[in-house]
Amino acid sequence: MSGYQGKKNIPRITSDRLLIKGAKIVNDDQSFCADIYMEDGVIKQIGENLIVPGGVKTIDAHGRMLMPGGIDVHTRFQMPDRGMIAADDFYQGTKAALAGGTTMILDHVVPEPGVSLLSAFEQWREWADSKSCCDYSLHVDLTEWHKGIQEEMETLVKDHGVNSFLVYLAYKDIFQLTDAQVYEVFSVIRDLGAIAQVHAENGDIVAEEQRRILEQGITGPEGHVLSHPEEVEAEAVNRSVTVANQTNCPLYVTKVMSKSAADVIAQARKKGTVVYGEPITASLGTDGSHYWSKNWAKAAAYVTSPPLSPDPTTPDYLNSLLSCGDLQVTGSAHCPFNTSQRAVGKDDFTLIPEGVNGTEERMSVIWDKCVVTGKMDENQFVAVTSTNAAKIFNLYPRKGRIAVGSDADLVLWDPDVTKIISAKSHHSTVEYNIFEGTEVRGGPLVVISQGKIVLEEGNLHVTEGSGRFVTRKPFPDYVYKRIKARSRLAELRGVPRGLYDGPVCEVSVTPKAMTPVSSAKTSPAKQPSQPVRNLHQSGFSLSGAQVDDNIPRRNTQRIVAPPGGRANITSLG
Amino acid sequence: MSYQGKKNIPKITSDRLLIKGGRIVNDDQSFHADIYMEDGLIKQIGDNLIVPGGVKTIEANGKMVIPGGIDIHTHFQMPYRGTTTVDDFAQGSKAALAGGTTMIVDHVIPEPGTSLMEAYDQWRQWADEKTCCDYSLHVDITHWDDSVKQEVDNLIKDKGVNSFQVYMAYKDYYQLSNSQLYEVFTFLAERGGIVQVHAENGEIIAEEQARMLQMGITGPEGHVLSRPEELEAEAVFRAVTIASQTNCPLYVTRVMSKSAADIISQARKKGNVVFGEPITASLGTDGTHYWSKNWAKAASFVTSPPLSPDPTTPDYLNTMLASGDLSVTGSAHCTFSVAQKAIGKDDFTQIPEGVNGVEERMALIWDKAVTTGKMDENMFVAITSTNAAKILNLYPRKGRIAVGSDADLIIWDTDSVRTITAKTHNSAAEYNIFEGMELRGAPLVVICQGKIVLEDGKLQVTSGVGRFIPCSPFPDFAYKRVKARKQLAVLRAVPRGMYDGPVSEFSMSRGGTPSASARTSPTKQPVRNLHHQSGFSLAGNPAACGPPTPDEVPIRPAGRRIVVPPGGRSNITSLS
Repeated sequence: MSGYQGKKNIPRITSDRLLIKGAKIVNDDQSFCADIYMEDGVIKQIGENLIVPGGVKTIDAHGRMLMPGGIDVHTRFQMPDRGMIAADDFYQGTKAALAGGTTMILDHVVPEPGVSLLSAFEQWREWADSKSCCDYSLHVDLTEWHKGIQEEMETLVKDHGVNSFLVYLAYKDIFQLTDAQVYEVFSVIRDLGAIAQVHAENGDIVAEEQRRILEQGITGPEGHVLSHPEEVEAEAVNRSVTVANQTNCPLYVTKVMSKSAADVIAQARKKGTVVYGEPITASLGTDGSHYWSKNWAKAAAYVTSPPLSPDPTTPDYLNSLLSCGDLQVTGSAHCPFNTSQRAVGKDDFTLIPEGVNGTEERMSVIWDKCVVTGKMDENQFVAVTSTNAAKIFNLYPRKGRIAVGSDADLVLWDPDVTKIISAKSHHSTVEYNIFEGTEVRGGPLVVISQGKIVLEEGNLHVTEGSGRFVTRKPFPDYVYKRIKARSRLAELRGVPRGLYDGPVCEVSVTPKAMTPVSSAKTSPAKQPSQPVRNLHQSGFSLSGAQVDDNIPRRNTQRIVAPPGGRANITSLG
Repeated sequence: MSYQGKKNIPKITSDRLLIKGGRIVNDDQSFHADIYMEDGLIKQIGDNLIVPGGVKTIEANGKMVIPGGIDIHTHFQMPYRGTTTVDDFAQGSKAALAGGTTMIVDHVIPEPGTSLMEAYDQWRQWADEKTCCDYSLHVDITHWDDSVKQEVDNLIKDKGVNSFQVYMAYKDYYQLSNSQLYEVFTFLAERGGIVQVHAENGEIIAEEQARMLQMGITGPEGHVLSRPEELEAEAVFRAVTIASQTNCPLYVTRVMSKSAADIISQARKKGNVVFGEPITASLGTDGTHYWSKNWAKAASFVTSPPLSPDPTTPDYLNTMLASGDLSVTGSAHCTFSVAQKAIGKDDFTQIPEGVNGVEERMALIWDKAVTTGKMDENMFVAITSTNAAKILNLYPRKGRIAVGSDADLIIWDTDSVRTITAKTHNSAAEYNIFEGMELRGAPLVVICQGKIVLEDGKLQVTSGVGRFIPCSPFPDFAYKRVKARKQLAVLRAVPRGMYDGPVSEFSMSRGGTPSASARTSPTKQPVRNLHHQSGFSLAGNPAACGPPTPDEVPIRPAGRRIVVPPGGRSNITSLS
């Protein structure tokens, strides 16, 4: 297999051989009945009457559905926050993921502003390699922007198998980037062939609202949702769509939490924008009415950003958009904190660490809300829980499909099992489960990760540290085919004109820009327009070749003037 | 009457005027009646009026008599880097009257960092000297701090200004940040002002401009290429979000594109109090001219947001105006000579921005919207005059033909056909962006302040007769709804027991830059301390000793504990 990052103590994938007989294989495009034979963590044969070595362990599926293992595109295991660490580390988190039928996770590297991306990346690799029980990959969050970051991004894409970066439009004065910076980041991401992910909320307005809400004496978790109204989420989605269109960069909106944000994405797709929306288990499965719970700790357990919408029709709406393809992928944004950690914000909701659970519940919640209700069929279910994620992040068909040569990450799905979600029985370490008491139909019967059975007959057998880092190449076809075609079309041309030779008004020399300092500080990569222009002033230079040698000079365009010439091109007409 | 005192106000002579046999058109109905005016006011409306002898009488012959137009957006005599736009208040208001507009509202643009009040006085002085018709002023907020806040307050209270424009474009110059916009909106919502926005994303424009210039595109086409209509729509969307958040009425100046108009229309459907102002240029022509080989012609179309290169835009905007999704029309008249435009001959970002349109506005809308059957003459009055008067809180003094209203009237000729050309227009500019356009409908007679200023094709204006008309805050048209919503929008905290479980250790600093946040938004910590730390104080403040007013009651009084069920729970954080 190509593309595995070297790992010091990689547990040798022993020659596990496994045969599943009589399964209904479900991919995103079709379902069919066949047997499937795996060896060394890879699917070797699919068909009937397979010729397999003797003594192979065999599972009889009895016609049940066998699906590609889920890919949770958004987790934040072991995430540091102000000296605390999210309650579920890579071991607890991936264990919970596997228990729910998810066989791969994509975690977010969150460098503290000022810390190098590479060293943060290495840190996350170290944590995950030592603890992760399933394959994983990493998104890298951009929490600040300068020239050095750009170089590190290049290194991450070229040498470290990262093809997605997240920018924040929220968390003012901490993670938030300005529109101009986002524009630059998106331009860089497009050139690198990566995916621009965005945390979409207007951080400026949120900061103002937080202040206003606190001034009114509202300090509990309800203040969190009151200060993060869904309009502010929709606004930021709209803005990032605009920047993405402008830069011809593929956009991926993480944590779609509200109907309005989803609507903006759906509209943008209809207009042709390359944009993907990721609702999470929480927004698909519950709503924000719990922020008003009288139990502070329960209310605080729901705190995440963007918040869950208080509109109780939201989950149903988002599930519908997922079914019709307007939203494409699902994550969990699993980042729970326990109650004593949440209590840091007991007197001020802005200090409550943010994040909810959902990695274990994701597959079952979607099955229950979408497939059981007839919104989507099992193929679409595979698409939104696994295949689309693999395509967007360039893991397909190694992940996200049951095919010969693909990784043996599989789930044997039981559509009839019912379960009541409870913190008492979940695999996360936190005291609260935001889906507490929800009865869901559908769950994994057998989970196979890397060709090994990790869940069978209700027993979970996971191995800490067995998860491999899976590298991802840039320019995923699913995303970039269209982007490439558009960038070929998007070439702009100036109008060939004679030189203006009429009178020119005298102006005072004060430049249009009054305070260039502030812009120079925030966006180092950008050139102020004046220096750029100076390059054009003169057609030649004494210093040899210039970077702009390929740009046509205006004086050569004089030939387009009509023969005989016009004395004054400014004449009326 | 609340005319502002003016030193040399020419005494409005006892002009008496009778219009017989006209069809009076207001925004709500049309009816046949005679109108008698005296001293610049409409005194009587009806049939068989009893009027003094020897009154000058105009026979309308059944033609429409409509309220004079209000051009809600002009930039006459605007200073620009040491030069001034070619149409000053005399030239500009003359052009306005020629086209049937009897009132203009100009924008005061203070240089960032200078006093709003001084700029306002300057504009008043210029306009009082020269204007030929009544006028009001918007004031643009080009920077934001406490002193600006104070000045805005004074302008609303004492100076008759109720509308203020903020810029989301012109990065590092006029542009305000989202937080500043939030503060401006909040402040104006309290004071009853109207927030106007110049809606374009200045950050992205700056990037795009640099990119265009780098590619070697320096002509006027670079202007429209660096300001795609999406950036206009984006900014409108953002402004709507902030306005909705702050419960502040919003007015979007210069709606130039279909996408921006769509956002406004959607926002109105969702209940936002938002008004959209397309201008003569966006209703009458399009942005294809930026690619003209004649540099001077292309440059004459340069304005921001730019005219859309999509040629279906004017028709679309006229339809939105007819359906009521857009509310008012202006001209954003701001003309520069070719020599002035040529400041940017090698760099489109240096071209002074602005187009003509004050004279053409009424005829153009009539031609595009009424003769085509999109709107009737009543809607025409609404969007050229009445709605503007309502937003400015000048209704029914302006924008309506009624007894007691100002005698600003037009007799409208629906059959006249004219071809627009720079050769005959009243502006001083060499180019007219509507050059060669044939328009049906024109004013036959224009009456301003009860005097005939246009008759038999002859324009007789008097420079300096224009009065400043003060606008008062809280216009009903916008604020009735805003006030009702304010009453509903009170937020309440959830009464809970105190959390008494364990609390993790954490470090306050999030690794970021807390100093930056302290600067822009006063920090949360001090605010909280005022309210919750303690119910009493040792500092002997007698006022605090009395029974606490509801505001002073701590949010979580100890007494709230009684909500715990009898028998009590030892720890409210237990699972439930």
